[in-house]
Amino acid sequence: MNGKKPPIFGETFNRRFGKAWLAGGYAFLYLPIVALVIYSFNNSPLPTTWGGFTFKWYGKLMNDTEMLTGFWLSLKVAFFTASASVVIGMFAAFTLVKYKRFFGRTMFTGMVNAPLVMPEVIIGLSLLLMLVSVQHWLGFPERGAMTIWMGHLLLGLAYATVVIQARLQDLNPQIEEAAMDLGAKPHQVFFLVTMPMIAQALASAWLLTFTLSLDDVVLSAFLSGPGSTTMPLVIFSRARLGLNPSVNAVATVIIAVVSIAVITASYLIARAERRRAREMAAAQRAS
Amino acid sequence: MRPQTFLARLRKSKLLSGRTAVIGVPYAWLLVFFLLPFLIVMKISVSEMETVHFKDLLTYKDGLLQLTLKLSNYEFIAEDPLYFKTYLASLKYAAITTLLSLLIGYPFSYFMARAKPSLQPALLMMVMLPFWTSFLLRVYAWKGLLGENGWVANLLEWLRIDHLLVAAGLIPALGKFMNTPFSLVLGMVYTYLPFMILPLYANLAKMDLRLLEAAADLGATPWTTFWKITVPLSKAGIIAGSMLVFIPCVGEFVIPELLGGPETLMIGRVLWDEFFSNNDWPMASGVAVVMILLIIVPLAIFNKYQAEAQEARR
Repeated sequence: MNGKKPPIFGETFNRRFGKAWLAGGYAFLYLPIVALVIYSFNNSPLPTTWGGFTFKWYGKLMNDTEMLTGFWLSLKVAFFTASASVVIGMFAAFTLVKYKRFFGRTMFTGMVNAPLVMPEVIIGLSLLLMLVSVQHWLGFPERGAMTIWMGHLLLGLAYATVVIQARLQDLNPQIEEAAMDLGAKPHQVFFLVTMPMIAQALASAWLLTFTLSLDDVVLSAFLSGPGSTTMPLVIFSRARLGLNPSVNAVATVIIAVVSIAVITASYLIARAERRRAREMAAAQRAS
Repeated sequence: MRPQTFLARLRKSKLLSGRTAVIGVPYAWLLVFFLLPFLIVMKISVSEMETVHFKDLLTYKDGLLQLTLKLSNYEFIAEDPLYFKTYLASLKYAAITTLLSLLIGYPFSYFMARAKPSLQPALLMMVMLPFWTSFLLRVYAWKGLLGENGWVANLLEWLRIDHLLVAAGLIPALGKFMNTPFSLVLGMVYTYLPFMILPLYANLAKMDLRLLEAAADLGATPWTTFWKITVPLSKAGIIAGSMLVFIPCVGEFVIPELLGGPETLMIGRVLWDEFFSNNDWPMASGVAVVMILLIIVPLAIFNKYQAEAQEARR
């Protein structure tokens, strides 16, 4: 075979067409984001006509109490959602990968995966109706940050499980077995061997569920009570009425923060991975 | 029995083992917060509404256990042509979105998977990155892009694509893109495209290229190889991606609300209005139950493939 690539279509046509398709696809994905950022600096009363450069929408944002209150609430909910999702998601992923036989495994798998695709209006409605029934019997919980957190956790748990489980599956089980042979107890194996190896997956699951929660409209709308309006609910109620430069300004701030966080995180992960590969190579040479 | 021995016994019986805790915590959480709510929705959809809460289905009266089911919500859904039309329209828009995402996403993932290996992590990262930034805000951005004088609106007019869209009945008039079936489908394709690309890429990237070489050596043209080898081998990715797009699209609320305009009916919006505007909780529950029935088959297919993928690698 001389290592030559398999011909798939005509070689040059293939390459050019492929590049064009990818470029078009990325343009489609990024165009709205670019537009949001550019128009957040638009100094014009008409939202789609360019009227010069300004920072005034950011200034107005500083005094926008509704948005800022929503922002703090969203941050709090997102923090607790992400943390709880990663812990319970780790348990669920561990269950799926390590325990092949237990009562109701099929149902468990189904319930873990279903929230990934289940329309949010259904999840929101059913969760709310259950909480209302519980409240009717027990007198709590009141609708508010707590109930929003429960809904977000259901969604976050599904995503966190998928991310962590993919990493767990790739682990070499012999490493854990070796630790056990050397006398480590199951919890020691988990905290000293397994956890460090899946730390990156835990970090990216945390970030992913954090952004999911920070972004959710539908579940929050069903589960929020008076005085617990999250930032997406504020944005959504304004966006429904039409274009609003304050929304563009918020968008730009979020995009900047998220991009910096994601790029930093992936840089750190890549560096850690390179270091580990170097150490592995060194260890192999030494042996 | 002293408490220590009781605990010791419990431990021995494996009821208190680490394994039980690891399985039990997520299991209990899902049972209480995922399964139980569905049962309650089903119950409420056949319940009579009293002033503030719902009548019990089972009542004990004059020594008789009575079961009261109120099926009028379902009768109403079955008889009112508006509901039927809305369900049909939701399925139609979801199917069109899935098909378009596949048509755009398959070549995209294919070329991603065949790009230089050193480039692939960056390409993958660039698909994920928009996914990390707010979905709500990205949908909102299309309002500006498709509105009067919006970038995309101007481009489509300049390319004369609006004539085509009017002819296809997707937009009502030249230059009016927002609040039409066109803007709705565009918004859904835009939002769900990464969900199509990611499983397809994962599938295509791990495909054994030697199979393609073998086909070529045996005299297959590139076109035949593509259709007879690549596509069938990527079936799992196609199905996973399609379900990840189709199912949430059926019940989508935010995109039709922001981009769809009043004429494009989607079932998610009907449920929302029954709940938030009409305050008719049993009716909203009925709509939700029928929606679940619509997506139960795709959901089962999705779960089957997801479970297989989860088993496969070990």
